[in-house]
Amino acid sequence: MKQEFTISIFSENHVGLLNQITNVLTRRQINIESLTTSESAIKGIHKFTIVVNTTREQVEKLIGQIDKKIDVLKAFVFTEDEIIHQEMALYKVPTEQLLNGTEIETLVRQYGARILEVHHDYAVIEKTGHKQETQELFDKLDKFGVLQFTRSGRIAVTRTNYEQLAAYLRSLNKETNNTLD
Amino acid sequence: MEKEQKNTKKMTGSHAVIQSLLAEGVDLIFGYPGGAIMPVYDALYDYHDKLHHVLTRHEQGAVHAAQGYARVTGKVGVSIVTSGPGATNAVTGIADAMIDSTPLVVISGQVGSSLLGTDAFQEIDVVGITQPITKWNFQIKSAQEIPGALARAFYIARSGRPGPVLIDITKDAQSSTLDFAYTPVTKIRSYTPVNAPDESQILKAAQLINEAKKPLILVGQGVILGGAENELKTFAEKTGIPAAWTLLGLSALPSDHPLNVGMLGMHGNYGPNVLTNEADLLIAIGMRFDDRVTGNTKAYGVNAKFIHMELDPAEINKIIKVDAPILGNVKETLPLLTAKVIKNNHAEWRNEFKKYDVVEAERIINEELKPSKDGITMGEVINKISTAYNDDAICITDVGQHQMMASRYFKFKQTRSIVTSGGLGTMGFGLPAAIGAKMGRPDRPVVLFVGDGGFQMTIQELGTIFQTEIDVKIVLLNNNFLGMVRQWQELFFDKRYASTELINPDFQTIAKGYGLHVEKVTNRSSLDESIGRMIKSKGAYLLEVIVEKEGNVFPMVPAGASVSDVRLE
Repeated sequence: MKQEFTISIFSENHVGLLNQITNVLTRRQINIESLTTSESAIKGIHKFTIVVNTTREQVEKLIGQIDKKIDVLKAFVFTEDEIIHQEMALYKVPTEQLLNGTEIETLVRQYGARILEVHHDYAVIEKTGHKQETQELFDKLDKFGVLQFTRSGRIAVTRTNYEQLAAYLRSLNKETNNTLD
Repeated sequence: MEKEQKNTKKMTGSHAVIQSLLAEGVDLIFGYPGGAIMPVYDALYDYHDKLHHVLTRHEQGAVHAAQGYARVTGKVGVSIVTSGPGATNAVTGIADAMIDSTPLVVISGQVGSSLLGTDAFQEIDVVGITQPITKWNFQIKSAQEIPGALARAFYIARSGRPGPVLIDITKDAQSSTLDFAYTPVTKIRSYTPVNAPDESQILKAAQLINEAKKPLILVGQGVILGGAENELKTFAEKTGIPAAWTLLGLSALPSDHPLNVGMLGMHGNYGPNVLTNEADLLIAIGMRFDDRVTGNTKAYGVNAKFIHMELDPAEINKIIKVDAPILGNVKETLPLLTAKVIKNNHAEWRNEFKKYDVVEAERIINEELKPSKDGITMGEVINKISTAYNDDAICITDVGQHQMMASRYFKFKQTRSIVTSGGLGTMGFGLPAAIGAKMGRPDRPVVLFVGDGGFQMTIQELGTIFQTEIDVKIVLLNNNFLGMVRQWQELFFDKRYASTELINPDFQTIAKGYGLHVEKVTNRSSLDESIGRMIKSKGAYLLEVIVEKEGNVFPMVPAGASVSDVRLE
């Protein structure tokens, strides 16, 4: 049975690594629902967070293949209940609409969003949350004519004892190492 | 890389490439020059006494030769090619090495770093192209990176599950200078070459073995790559468990060992295939349940529990869900398991295999080796040549019917005695691989079996034989057909022989032109004498045998069928 999985990958920050990881997914015809990447808490180690829809059996195999990449330190897979995750969305709305009545401001408060900037022609609203929440706000704001909308990929932390991994990464950092830079 | 300031020496990047190879103990490389790799070739000129370069006739040949060398020696094979078409020509060999876990370092030249990404002459994104078919690859853009990247390349290629590594070096990195110091790599923080086995799984496996009534060992190439032939023998002999092998596991156990029950899979032996589904325990040792071995996985090992001894964690539960996975190098894990199992004999169970052997001999083998018909069969040629070499030659094959016949009928006394393209099934692999194998083991006879199709895919490597005067015996089993495809057309496509018949040139004239001794056999009566002459000859030899046009390889497990539905006709 297919379900949503969040894959966390820690890797060296080398050119082409994203290609290496996505190749594993492409080869098995698995579509990426969302992907974010940036430096982790440890300098020089990158973290990828990838959301996929697949079966438990398939995702275990994916993790094995990704873990096998020389430059990948460790890959983990989580289900929805094992993580706390967020995505960020930005909405650009006409300033005219924002000032015309209180409906947009009410929505912003109701959805725990905030107004980032207000310009002469447009205002930018930011909301973090799960996809359905950011989508719901979009649907409501769109009545006022959303000029632009964009949503980030998922970022996540685990509900379980995360310290084990952090310690593992820190211990690696101290080891003598052959890096390429 | 670790910057060691002691004992550095100023030199160009191209000299650093050679010095790095020498530091890794490389004394033989296979390659083909071209624009973007010329500085390295120029440096090679100064080292011809220490580092022997074999000029092949095509980059594919250079990589297959390096594979042949690596497979018989266990050392890392090295190839050097230029950018663009040089690199793309190497791709087939790299892919072949990847799927068959062969340790290689392939060095490709690249355009100058300022030209990268500009579609410059002979520029190709070889790092992108080879990303899915290398264990690791890397582009060097400055001379200072050379020793560190090469040290890493050799460590990755040979450690853990071996595989090919590609190092792409821009032309300016080859010609600029660096302070050279070489430190071999022994550790990479993101890479665990060998995982430790779980003690509880060993105990579980031992219990499964001790309780099993009909256990069967499946021997893969992991035994050879791990150098665990003796450990396998000790384990099998203590437990009395029959052992069957995959194509790449061939020669890990001598052919005449009493526990050796033959080959698994599509063209494997009758007993091991049928009895796979009667076994109550399958003990996979360094093998990966390839589809050519398992047939339909849903109808594979239907009565069995599985133990999987394997180095690569990604192989565990990939194809077959196993009951006791044992990670680690089988050279280390086999003795741990051997210590925990009870001595056994399994005489009755082993006898089952003998019953099937009798059937297979009556229905297939006897007719193949001693045909009642006039046409010469591939099997009889292979069998006679194996016997003439006292079952102790290195056998190289190309891909197709002759390959399956060679794996079935050539016999082996020593390990690392067969070189064949297993996972990729690369036609054209044989001839260059034979050259590399002979260079790796000049002390042993090397005989290549090749079909008339595959021979013509890399026939230009006869030029390499001519130039190097290497003693390779080539047995061309000529049926004027792409025989394996024709066999499938006969069995599964209503004998519609679409594009499988070959109108061939005179191979005798061609080989003569390349300076080989040649002989052609069309009649059984002269076969023995011709084989005798080939074996006694010095230097390269082409023995062309005109074999039966429409011979088939049996037994056969049709693709997608269960192993127990193996066909005898």
